[in-house]
Amino acid sequence: MEAGIGVETVVAASSVPDTGTVTNCVIDVSGLTKRYGTLWALSGVDLKVQAGECIALLGPNGAGKTTTVEILEGYRRATAGSVAVLGEDPNRAGPDWRSRIGIVLQDATDQGQLTVTEVVRHFATYYPNRREPDEVIEAVGLSGKRRSRVASLSGGQRRRLDVALGIIGRPELLFLDEPTTGFDPEARRQFWDLAAGLRRDGTTVVLTTHYLDEAEHLADRVAVVAGGCLVADDTPAGLRQGPTTVTWRDRQGKVCRSETTAPTRLVSELAATFGGEVPELAVQRPTLESAYLRLLAAHGGAAKDVAA
Amino acid sequence: MTGPTPPSLLSPSSPGAHPASSDSSLSGSTIRRTLELGFRRVRIELLALVRNPLAVVFTLAFPLVMLGIFGSVFSGAVAPGVSFTEYFTAGMIASGAFYAGFQNLGIAVPLERDNGSLKRLRGTPMPPAAYFVGKTGMVLVVYMAQVAILIGLGSALFGLHPPASLGRWVTFAWVSLLGLAACSLSGLALSGLIRRSEAAAAIVSPIVVVLQFVSGVYFQYNLLPGWMRSVGSFFPLRWLALGMRSVFLPAGFARLEPGGGGWQHGTTALVLLGWAVAALAVASWRFRWFREQRS
Repeated sequence: MEAGIGVETVVAASSVPDTGTVTNCVIDVSGLTKRYGTLWALSGVDLKVQAGECIALLGPNGAGKTTTVEILEGYRRATAGSVAVLGEDPNRAGPDWRSRIGIVLQDATDQGQLTVTEVVRHFATYYPNRREPDEVIEAVGLSGKRRSRVASLSGGQRRRLDVALGIIGRPELLFLDEPTTGFDPEARRQFWDLAAGLRRDGTTVVLTTHYLDEAEHLADRVAVVAGGCLVADDTPAGLRQGPTTVTWRDRQGKVCRSETTAPTRLVSELAATFGGEVPELAVQRPTLESAYLRLLAAHGGAAKDVAA
Repeated sequence: MTGPTPPSLLSPSSPGAHPASSDSSLSGSTIRRTLELGFRRVRIELLALVRNPLAVVFTLAFPLVMLGIFGSVFSGAVAPGVSFTEYFTAGMIASGAFYAGFQNLGIAVPLERDNGSLKRLRGTPMPPAAYFVGKTGMVLVVYMAQVAILIGLGSALFGLHPPASLGRWVTFAWVSLLGLAACSLSGLALSGLIRRSEAAAAIVSPIVVVLQFVSGVYFQYNLLPGWMRSVGSFFPLRWLALGMRSVFLPAGFARLEPGGGGWQHGTTALVLLGWAVAALAVASWRFRWFREQRS
């Protein structure tokens, strides 16, 4: 059922930039600072997101990820810095601006007494350029649950409803806050397909997640927030740059490990040394996860995570 | 040619895709839009309410249960020609405004704040006022349902006299509206002061019960100790109950009312209005669309 949404016309996607008479920069943030009492949750974050991009915000709990997103969504006011989302300050923006964004909340348990159809239809009435409620319900894979009370949905179904409510208004910019937490692997794959379909249609996506494979799969760019600062902003491939790890077992039976930028040369040297097969040879390119953990270690973010 | 491309379900910002719906857009009159969505919210609020057995019991059935118990236990007269049940029914109708406004909102709004309902709404183009229109409409419908049942049951079983003159209906209308305003806004103000929704019922319900006692709902107001009457006089329910007695009891009963022997409509209106204004100030200062979280 999710496969259906992916099949979209290329024409629709490519015509999107043409309709935008204003700048293509959907999110333009500079010097973003947020203070709660004496706690500096964010100190000077700069971030730009272009139309049609998918950016993943990563970071340990308490690093400022949620604060950043909530400022972009218009829920919180920045202490200092300039914030422009779709050309407006989210904190002052009105209903017209909100009709262009979609928000998928992280842990809402509302509307329990209503049925899926009732909720989606009701929220559709808020939006001028709405999608067809029944089609959205089908797109998120809840067709079989149309008449079920929301309170009776499973955790994964509940999140699909959240996604349905996030996209019912045909948003140009969609915020996905940890959208697949609690999903089983299959449900996560289906969600990724859904997100890919939205991407193909030109929707700009801001994703926060704890899953690095999810960021790698969905995002064009990964921004890492730690200790209230943006410590990295690059493509997943760019973040993975770094030495390759080669491990093998030497003649004494000891496991050897070398980090090198020339793994091929090292392997051929090893092959020559051993005169054939190298025992337990493994060559591992840096993963996003190892790059991420290295970043956090370098910025003391991991320690902060434990404290938070 | 394979014919026209089917409309893309998930294509963003395709102008003209829904000409009919984009016409009723936000550029229309904001007030009209707020009212339109407000009425839709009334429907959703009522739908959610009637499907929640606890809420139905608390707001709709509770006054009836109390009326049934008190009406069966106490059968004497509080004054010549006025039975206790008649007196009590007038008090329960006043309490109806208190249940529908104060208790209902005082418990439901913190819950909606904690479960993400309000946060979700704030993230949509719904004008925030539409939410309050929805609550107002829901409170009005609940109140009218309560009153209709109480007047019906009271007249049939407990000797209540429905207002017989236009003047009394007018009094009923303004006392109800001012009372609902005072109670609903107080409930909204209190909801802003309650930090956790789990505690809401435990905070709100005792306030309701205590005020019913000191306001002359369960006992005759003129027989309460002086200090208790003084406490009660600070709060809207005492005046709401007095106003309802002026609607449902014989004119002669006014002699028994403390404070000069009269229905004191001027004071009633002033106190209810004062509570409405003060509560509105607190509510607008404290109302939050989502739970504040600090890590």
